Amino acid sequence: MKQYSNVIAAYSVMIILIILVGIFQSWSIALTILNYCLISAVMTMGANIQWGYAGLINFGIMGYTALGGLAVVLISVAPVGEAWSVGGFNMMICIGIIVAMIFLIRYVLKKIEKSRKRNYLIASIIIIGLLLLRFISAPAIESIESVDPAKTGFLGGLGMPVLFSWIVGGIFAGGLAYIVGKIALGLRADYLAIATLLIAEIVVSIIKHEEWLARGVKNVIGLKRPAPYEIDLQTSSWFINLVENFHSSKLKIINSLSERQDVLNQLVIEASSIYVKLCFTGLFLLVVIILLILTQKALYSPWGRKMRAIRDNEEAASAMGKNVVKEHLLIFILGSAVVGIAGAMMVTNDGLFTPGSYRPMRYTFVIWVMVIVGGTGNNFGAILGGFSVWFLWVQAAPIALFFINLLTSHLPETNEIKIHLINSAPYFRFLLVGIGLLVIMRYRPRGILPEKIIKQ
Amino acid sequence: MDLLNAVILLLNYTIIPALTYGSQLALGAIFVTLIYGILRFANFATGDMMSFGTMFAVLLTYYFQSLGISFGVLPTALLTIPFAIFMMILYMLTIDKFVFSYYRVKKSPPVQLAMVSVGVMFVTQAIIRIIIGPSDRRFLDGEKFILKATEFKEMTGLSEGLTIKSTQVLTIFVTLIVVSIMFWFLNKTKTGTSMRAYSDNEDLALLSGIDPKKVVMITWIIAGVLATIGGILYGLDKSYRPFVYFNNMLPIFAAAIVGGIGNPYGAFFGGYVIAFAEIFLTYAYKRFFAYILPESLEPNSMIQLLSTDYKFAISFSILVIVLLFRPSGIFEGKKI
Repeated sequence: MKQYSNVIAAYSVMIILIILVGIFQSWSIALTILNYCLISAVMTMGANIQWGYAGLINFGIMGYTALGGLAVVLISVAPVGEAWSVGGFNMMICIGIIVAMIFLIRYVLKKIEKSRKRNYLIASIIIIGLLLLRFISAPAIESIESVDPAKTGFLGGLGMPVLFSWIVGGIFAGGLAYIVGKIALGLRADYLAIATLLIAEIVVSIIKHEEWLARGVKNVIGLKRPAPYEIDLQTSSWFINLVENFHSSKLKIINSLSERQDVLNQLVIEASSIYVKLCFTGLFLLVVIILLILTQKALYSPWGRKMRAIRDNEEAASAMGKNVVKEHLLIFILGSAVVGIAGAMMVTNDGLFTPGSYRPMRYTFVIWVMVIVGGTGNNFGAILGGFSVWFLWVQAAPIALFFINLLTSHLPETNEIKIHLINSAPYFRFLLVGIGLLVIMRYRPRGILPEKIIKQ
Repeated sequence: MDLLNAVILLLNYTIIPALTYGSQLALGAIFVTLIYGILRFANFATGDMMSFGTMFAVLLTYYFQSLGISFGVLPTALLTIPFAIFMMILYMLTIDKFVFSYYRVKKSPPVQLAMVSVGVMFVTQAIIRIIIGPSDRRFLDGEKFILKATEFKEMTGLSEGLTIKSTQVLTIFVTLIVVSIMFWFLNKTKTGTSMRAYSDNEDLALLSGIDPKKVVMITWIIAGVLATIGGILYGLDKSYRPFVYFNNMLPIFAAAIVGGIGNPYGAFFGGYVIAFAEIFLTYAYKRFFAYILPESLEPNSMIQLLSTDYKFAISFSILVIVLLFRPSGIFEGKKI
C-alpha cells in the first residue's frame, strides 16, 4: 500500500480539482474537462508505450489521432449511394491498382537481383501506376465531389455502429505505424522525431485535401453517438421522472404549478446534457481501465522486461538474441494503435470530424508534455500526465486572468498594458505548459510518478 | 518569340519565387544545422526563434515609422535588423544559460535536449503571442516592385510579363552576402576553425585547448544572426504571422536533413532543393506548353503534377525518400 501512496495522493488532487471546477464553474464544464482528460490519458498511454517502454520517440501523434478520427467517419456514417454509383467503381479499381503495385514491387524486389535495372523497373512501375491512378480517379473524384456538395460530396462510410470504429481507428493507426516503422525506425532518435513529425503532416494534409474521402476541410458533422441524444432524453418520461425525484426537495418549495413546470424543464435540459456526458465518461473510463490492465500486465510480463532491456541497452539485448528491430516495430504499432483509438474516441465525443483542426502543437507536442510530466514508463504516471496537463491547458486562461487582474488591480481600467494583457490571457497556456515541461525536465526528469522497477 | 515567352513565364512563376523561398529556407536550415552540428541537438524551437527575432523587427519598424524614419526606397525593416539581432542573441544566450547549458554540462542524450527545446518552443510561442498577438502583420514599406509586368511588356514587346518584387531581389542578395560571410568565417578565421573542430570531435578539440564556452557562444550568435535575417526576409516577402513561422520549421528541417544535417553547405543547398521541388511540382504547366507546343497539340488540362494543397507534403516526401536511400543526406552530413 505504501508504494502506491503517492499515486493515490496525486490522483486525489486531480479529482478534487475537477470537483472544484464543478462547484465553482459548472458540472457540465467539469465533465467536459474530465472526458477530455480521459481521452488525453489514452493518447498519453499510447505515447508512453513507445517512449517509456522502448525509448522510441514518435512525434507523429497527430497523424494517428487524425486517422482514428477518419475511421469514425468511414465506419459510422451512412454510405452515400449516389456517390458510390457515380464514382465508386473507379475508386475500387484504384484501390486494386495500388494493391497490384505493391505486389508487383514486392515481386520485383524478391525475384530480381539488386541492380540498376531493378531500380529503373521499380521507378517505372511507380510512375505508370501513379499516372494510371490519376487517369482513372480524376473523373470519379470530380463526380463524387459534385454530388450534393453542401451536404455530402464524399463516398460516406459503411453505416456500422460507432463503437466498432474505435477498434478500426486502432487498426488504421497501427497500419500506418507499420509503414512508418518500416521506413523510419532505423534512424537515430532525433531523426526519428523529425521524420515522424513530417509524416504525420503528410497524413493530415491528405485527409484535408482528399474531399471524396471524408469531405476534407469541409468537415463532417452530426456523427453517430454511442450515447442517447439530449432531445430524446428531454421528451422521455422516465428521464423527466428521474430528474423530478432527484430535485424533489428543490421543487417542493415552489408553490405555483406553472413556475414549477418551468423550473423542471430547465433542470431537465441541464440534466440531459450532463447525462450524455456521463455516458461518454463511463465509456471512456472503461477504455482507460481496460488499457491500464493490459498495459500493466504487459509491463510486468517477460515481454515488458525484454522491452526495458532493449531500451536500456540495445547492443546487449541484441547480443542476448533478442530481435531488436522486430520488437521496435511491434511496440511502435501497438502504441500508435492506442493513439488511434484515442483519436476515434475524441471525434465520437465531439460528434464532428474537422481535419483542419489537426495541428502539431495541440496533438503532438502537448501530448508529449503529458508523457514527460506524468512519468515515462509508468502507466499511472501517463494517465496522471494526461489529466494534469489537460487540466492546466484548459484552465490556464482563467488562472492567468485571475493573476493579471490581481497584479494590475492598481491600474485604471483604461490602461493599455492591462487591456493588452487581458486580451492575451489565452496564450498563457503555452507559457504555463512550457515552463511546466522545463521545470519537470530539470528537477524531476523522470516525471511526477517515475517508473518503478519491481524486483522479484 | 514563343520560346522566349515560355522562358519568361517559367522565370516569373517558378524560378524567381523558388529562389526567394529557397534562400529563406536555406538561412533557417543553416541555423538548424549549426545547432545540430555544434550543440548536438535538433532544435524544435527553430521556427519560433525566427519568429521571435522578426517580432522585434516588426515592432521597431512600426516605431521607426511613427518617428518618421525611413530608408528611402528600401524597407524600413532593414534598419531594424541590427537591433532585432541584438535582442535575438540576448534571448538565445539567456535561454542557453538557464536551460540548455545544464543538459550540455551533464552530457544528456540528444533526445533529452530536443525535448527541452520543445519546452523552449512553448515558452517562446507564448512570449511572442503575449507581446504581439497571433494576427497577420505586414511591415513592408518602400518600393514594392523593381520591375512591373506592364513595364516589362512595354520594354520587350513580349506578351508574357515579368514581375520582380523588391523583396525577392533583397532576399536573394542579402542571403548570398550573409551566407558568404558565414562560410568565410567558418573556413578562414581561427574561431571558425575551432568551431568546426569542436563539431567534428569534441574531446580532441577540448584537448587542443579550444574553449567550449566560447564556441557555444559564437554558435548562438551566428545562429541568432541567421535566424533573425531569415525570419525578417520571409516576413517582408510574405507577411508576419507567428503560426506560419512555427509551420515553416517543418520544411526547414526537411532542407537541413536533405542537405546532410550538420553540414552548412548541404543545408544551404537543401533549402533550394526543397523550394524548387515544391514549386516545380505544384505549378500548372498549361500555359507553358501552350507556348512551346504547336497549336494542335495544345493541352486541355492543367498539367499540374500535384495540387498546391500538397506543397508541404512534397518537401516531406523528398525527405522520406532521402532518408530511405541516403540517410546521411545529399552531401555527407553527420553519421546517424
